[in-house]
Amino acid sequence: MSGQASTRAVPMTTSSRWSLLVVRLDRSAGAVFILPAVLVILTFSIFPLLASLYVSLTRLSFSEGGIHLTFVGLGNYAKLVVGIDRTHFIGVTVPLTPVTAAVLFVVYGGFAFLLVRYLRGPGRSVLGFVGRLVTAVIAGALVWLVVDTVMTSGRPGTLVVTLIYVSVDVSVQYLLALGLALLVVQRLPGRRLFRVVFLLPMMITPVGVAYLFRMLTDTSKGPLYPLWAHFGLTDVSWVTNPWGARLAVMIGDVWQWTPFIFIVLLASIESLPVELNEAAVVDGANRWQMFWAITFPQILPATATVVLIRLIEAFKIVDLPNVLTNGGPGTATESLTLHAYTIWRALDIGGSAAVAYMLLIVVTFVGIAYVNLFRRRVAAMA
Amino acid sequence: MSRYLARALVLMVGLLVACNSSTPTSNAQFSGTTIRVVTFTGPQIAEPLQRRAPDFEKATGAKVEIITVPFSDLYQKLLTDFATKTNSYDATVFDPQWMGDYVPAGYLEDLTDRVKNDSALQWNDIAPFFRDFSATFKGKVYTVPLDGDFQMVYYRTDLLQKDGLQPPATWDDYISIAKHFQGKDLNGDGKPDYGSCLAMKRSAQSYWMYISIAAAFLQSQGTKQGTFFNTDNMQPLMNNAGAAAGLDIYKQLSKLGPPDQLNNDVGDSRGLFVTGRCALSLDWGDIGPLAVDPTQSKVQDKVGAVILPGSKRVLDRTTGQLVDCNATICPYATNGVNHSPFAAFGGWSGAINKAAPSKVKDAAFAFLSYMSQPAQSSVDVTIGKTGFNPYRTTHFTNLGPWLSSGMSETAAKNYLGAIQASLQSPNMVLDLRIPQTAFYQQTALDTALAQFLAGELSASQTMAQITNQWNSKTDEIGRPSQLEAYRSSLSVTK
Repeated sequence: MSGQASTRAVPMTTSSRWSLLVVRLDRSAGAVFILPAVLVILTFSIFPLLASLYVSLTRLSFSEGGIHLTFVGLGNYAKLVVGIDRTHFIGVTVPLTPVTAAVLFVVYGGFAFLLVRYLRGPGRSVLGFVGRLVTAVIAGALVWLVVDTVMTSGRPGTLVVTLIYVSVDVSVQYLLALGLALLVVQRLPGRRLFRVVFLLPMMITPVGVAYLFRMLTDTSKGPLYPLWAHFGLTDVSWVTNPWGARLAVMIGDVWQWTPFIFIVLLASIESLPVELNEAAVVDGANRWQMFWAITFPQILPATATVVLIRLIEAFKIVDLPNVLTNGGPGTATESLTLHAYTIWRALDIGGSAAVAYMLLIVVTFVGIAYVNLFRRRVAAMA
Repeated sequence: MSRYLARALVLMVGLLVACNSSTPTSNAQFSGTTIRVVTFTGPQIAEPLQRRAPDFEKATGAKVEIITVPFSDLYQKLLTDFATKTNSYDATVFDPQWMGDYVPAGYLEDLTDRVKNDSALQWNDIAPFFRDFSATFKGKVYTVPLDGDFQMVYYRTDLLQKDGLQPPATWDDYISIAKHFQGKDLNGDGKPDYGSCLAMKRSAQSYWMYISIAAAFLQSQGTKQGTFFNTDNMQPLMNNAGAAAGLDIYKQLSKLGPPDQLNNDVGDSRGLFVTGRCALSLDWGDIGPLAVDPTQSKVQDKVGAVILPGSKRVLDRTTGQLVDCNATICPYATNGVNHSPFAAFGGWSGAINKAAPSKVKDAAFAFLSYMSQPAQSSVDVTIGKTGFNPYRTTHFTNLGPWLSSGMSETAAKNYLGAIQASLQSPNMVLDLRIPQTAFYQQTALDTALAQFLAGELSASQTMAQITNQWNSKTDEIGRPSQLEAYRSSLSVTK
């Protein structure tokens, strides 16, 4: 009996253990299946990020048979913010003039108004307020930097130049792309051809675009020489004037990346239902009202996403200024990425990593602020 | 028996075949060996290497791969490759200034014995300066010179002759000639042309141009005096009246050329000069052969060359001010003018990776030697697109290849005379060759000059910025070791 009992008890115990194991395995299966992907991400993404953070805190030197990294703490960052490279990175700041003070007053007033409105609003929270306050302080500092180096006798550094590239390029690209997308959805002859033609610039390698614009902006020779000669501009050079050179870089970037926004907006507009517009026509709405009240709100989610992608991409601009002007005249067209590259070329790897990390911090701030303050609101509106 | 006879016959035939094929075998001493040589993106420098590689391969059985990278990337690409022990390059044709970084780290093969034992290389035919500066570091040979680099001034003989002007002896002369021709049609196409064409683009060759000008004010007492740093304390010589005079001339010249001169590198300025659009230019030896190239030149036999212009006033290092030249302060002056010819860059030279397999090192040395031997180099230095300029005694004494290239005897003598005058000057300026030279020149000096030309910095701000950045880097690396390296590069023993 006991033998029988024991033989019965054994399979029961084994079965319960087995089922326990199965349950445990089932519970952790998710983690087990995800583990390879997590390891790959850690190896290829997080590890380089941490390694480059460490490199940014060191100075590299060469010794017999290898390299030597000396820990310098925040020395490379201090060089950029308060040290010898401050004018290169941040720019030359000067005391505020009445005009710049007025501009800052208006901008900061706007920030204060938004904060107060949030505090009085229904969905307020402590965390939300702190987040907005931090955003306002950082954005305020960046605005001060731009105003004080661009609108005065000061000089913008690579950080400010990059911010100008990003804000101007993405705004112009969006407006142009929206206009083109609205034109192409009209039933115009040859619109299929234009869809393809408008996409071409995006297909060209950025270095090719840079060489193209280098030729186009050459007033003493090149394909546009007859045009410059006709207007008596052969003695004027785009690329030897700081703002002329920046403009040339921005035109090139706008030309290249407008198609990307265009294709996303076009897809978004074409997928909209026609019934709303038909109802609006019946109600007597004009074209502007139809666009502003019907089309635009519906494409806002696509707008928010495509602008975020372009914002992040635009911060990394390097090919155009590098080929078109080598960052010149002086450092007028040098972006943050080109700044990092220039330092890296002289093998100041630590300094270069520090610039790259500053870029990462700025991009992350802009990205998070954009998502939190703009995208959610837009999605809710849509 | 007949079977044995047949076997013997087969054996004899086999031996004969083997003997016959032993001729290529003996020539094919490097059969199966591949040499990966890295240099900068052509056409200059890479072109002669690529053109002559098949002949070398045929003669030795080695396979030569020429890898090219942009000049601005070459320094760090090599250093990264050596330091990480990737060793994807067996040899390089590079800037000998970088030996200051590569040799102490132990990346380059010591070639001292090889050059001694290679009679075909004719080592002693290479001009002493290039043997000492471009090839030797702390008494040992690390490179095979393939190019001789001096900056000179080129002028249009027809234009100056027509207007009764003399070639510039001082930088003031240079400016007055440039002003004279600025805006005039110099090539008969009805369009206004330029007084002077210089490479002033950032991250290109601008800083060498500036040193060529400033050196006339900064160095007057012989090569060992140095132009970049005070040899007593490693303080930069970039913040004084001499450096300021150089900046002033540089700025004036930025307005006496094409409108986009600030965006021109030597490729642009050479193109403008040989198409007849400029009266003057400052460059390495390349314009001489390019000016006789019928495929691109419109100024054949209309180009003269002179030693770099000088100055009648030079820097007194005790006061930091300019003083008039006299026999004491300018002992090497000609007619009261101090000339400081600048051996800018030092000339492209070939070196071998110490970590390469020994058979590959042998093959790489044989290739570099082949490129430098007079039979090849005498022709290569006469071709503009090679980027190679004369550096051997035979290049100066044997006019045959020059005449064959299309240069007249007068033009050849004038061109070679200007280089020889520079080469023989006891006040020749040596280029910087210390650890992190690339930072001092390509980053700090180049950026400050670009900012000065663009109006971002005043002259005094420019000088202060260069001085601060150089001092900061010197202190970072170690002042005593940098001072020792600088003195050593000038052969100064104290």
